[in-house]
Amino acid sequence: MNRLSVTERLALNKYELDDGHPHIIVNNEVCEAECKIRACLFVCPANVYSQQNGKIVADWAGCLECGTCTVACPPEALHWEYPRGGFGILYRYG
Amino acid sequence: MSDDKLDVIVVGAGVAGCTVALLLAQQGLEVALIERGPFPGSKNLSGGVLYGQVLHQIIPNFWEKAPVERVITNQAVTFLTETDSVSLDFKTPSFLQKPYNAVSVLRSKFDRWLGEQAEKAGAILIPGIKVERLIREENRIIGIAAGQEEMFADVVIAADGANSFLAQEAGLRQRIPEEHVAVGIKEVIALPQEVIENRFRLEGNEGSAFNIVGSATQGIAGGGFLYTNQESISIGLVIQLADLVQRQKKVSEIFDQFLNHPWIASLIKGGKVVEYGAHLVPEAGLKMIPRLFMDGMVVIGDAAGLTINNGFWVRGMDLAIGSAIAAAEAVVKAHQNRDFSAESLALYRQKLEESFVMADLRTYAHAPHFMQNARLYKRYPQVVSEVFRQIYQQDASPHQPLRQIVREAVRRNNLSLLDLVKDFWNGGRAL
Repeated sequence: MNRLSVTERLALNKYELDDGHPHIIVNNEVCEAECKIRACLFVCPANVYSQQNGKIVADWAGCLECGTCTVACPPEALHWEYPRGGFGILYRYG
Repeated sequence: MSDDKLDVIVVGAGVAGCTVALLLAQQGLEVALIERGPFPGSKNLSGGVLYGQVLHQIIPNFWEKAPVERVITNQAVTFLTETDSVSLDFKTPSFLQKPYNAVSVLRSKFDRWLGEQAEKAGAILIPGIKVERLIREENRIIGIAAGQEEMFADVVIAADGANSFLAQEAGLRQRIPEEHVAVGIKEVIALPQEVIENRFRLEGNEGSAFNIVGSATQGIAGGGFLYTNQESISIGLVIQLADLVQRQKKVSEIFDQFLNHPWIASLIKGGKVVEYGAHLVPEAGLKMIPRLFMDGMVVIGDAAGLTINNGFWVRGMDLAIGSAIAAAEAVVKAHQNRDFSAESLALYRQKLEESFVMADLRTYAHAPHFMQNARLYKRYPQVVSEVFRQIYQQDASPHQPLRQIVREAVRRNNLSLLDLVKDFWNGGRAL
């Protein structure tokens, strides 16, 4: 059986997108100075993080708000907070 | 101090937050229940088995009204190798007796209902508001702030989940180390009711809960779960973060391979994925419990790290409810005495100590360490599978006695007698 890609899975979810208000900001200077393994690229279930031209980029709209990256990444590498009230992932099953 | 000060502000409408708000409102306290999602449950996710007898104490026969999915009558542990599966499957009609031992739930529906019960009891539900910070007066917590809004109360109850930024802000807890948590990842897969009942041999509202060990996580510490709902299956993995980071494997790919395992694939065949979610799972048990109270504040539920995983089952919601009961008792007492100091709120810790919550956390205090044993995830499932294959395989060559089959499977998988004795001993001690 063909499994869905992560992108296809996320497309099944319901989100209230908070356009123009990213809730994740990556501080690439900290990533470069303190992180060799780029844990964000493999611990995130939603594949929010990718590397583009050597920089870590967060596609925050698909975030499932689990917070795993905030534990796995070096302190200060991410400015991560929950989306504003009412926005973000809306679980219909949970 | 503002005139419209509340008695209590509860932050987070999960099972812990809704329950404590309900109990406090029942006692006549003025309680605000603040939730960042548009309704209680919209941000919440669990594997989905609720050991609900503790909730029955608060809301008698809750299953008659609450959106529960199925009554868990089948509890199984399944070992997976890359291709094989061995299940130990326990089924008893006694689990159909009320009050039910366990039910499956979907949190978005269940927590919404629980929030409504809190509201009916008189709690003021304030959804769609993210609490951004605590308000202090010297070292005492006196309220919360969200945007331009400030709210004041005698006590703030942090029920804000596994990440509990409030407990961290208050200084009750340090930044979470990766050794203390796992990443939970889950799909809800819709299947017609009769397909679920045929596939899992269920009658009526009976349900199954599988805990899955071994190749599920490709040898990384952790495990899988599969729970039946009325018209869907909850399937997922819980993977220890420190081990994942060390192995540098992509969590979404581990999940894909898990779903493609022949045993899993046959159980979810024909299903339609309807939701994909993730959640941080506190896993360090006793070791990670923060300071639970301070002047004007207590911490409950996942925010306090109250979960247990012993390989046979994973529990969190019932412990959350247990902590809500203990916190409610302490806060009511504090309210009567008009004393919201740490000394007064220490009653919460004492009540928690006296309850099943801390008793069970102590009973399974060694479980987190035991569950980090790599042999559990790779070699033992392999040994069990090889032993069963040889028991059943008839290939016209002479059969070996069972003791010989076991001995050779153990040797082939590089397990020493010392490992076996040690693991058996530690398992006996931890579980």
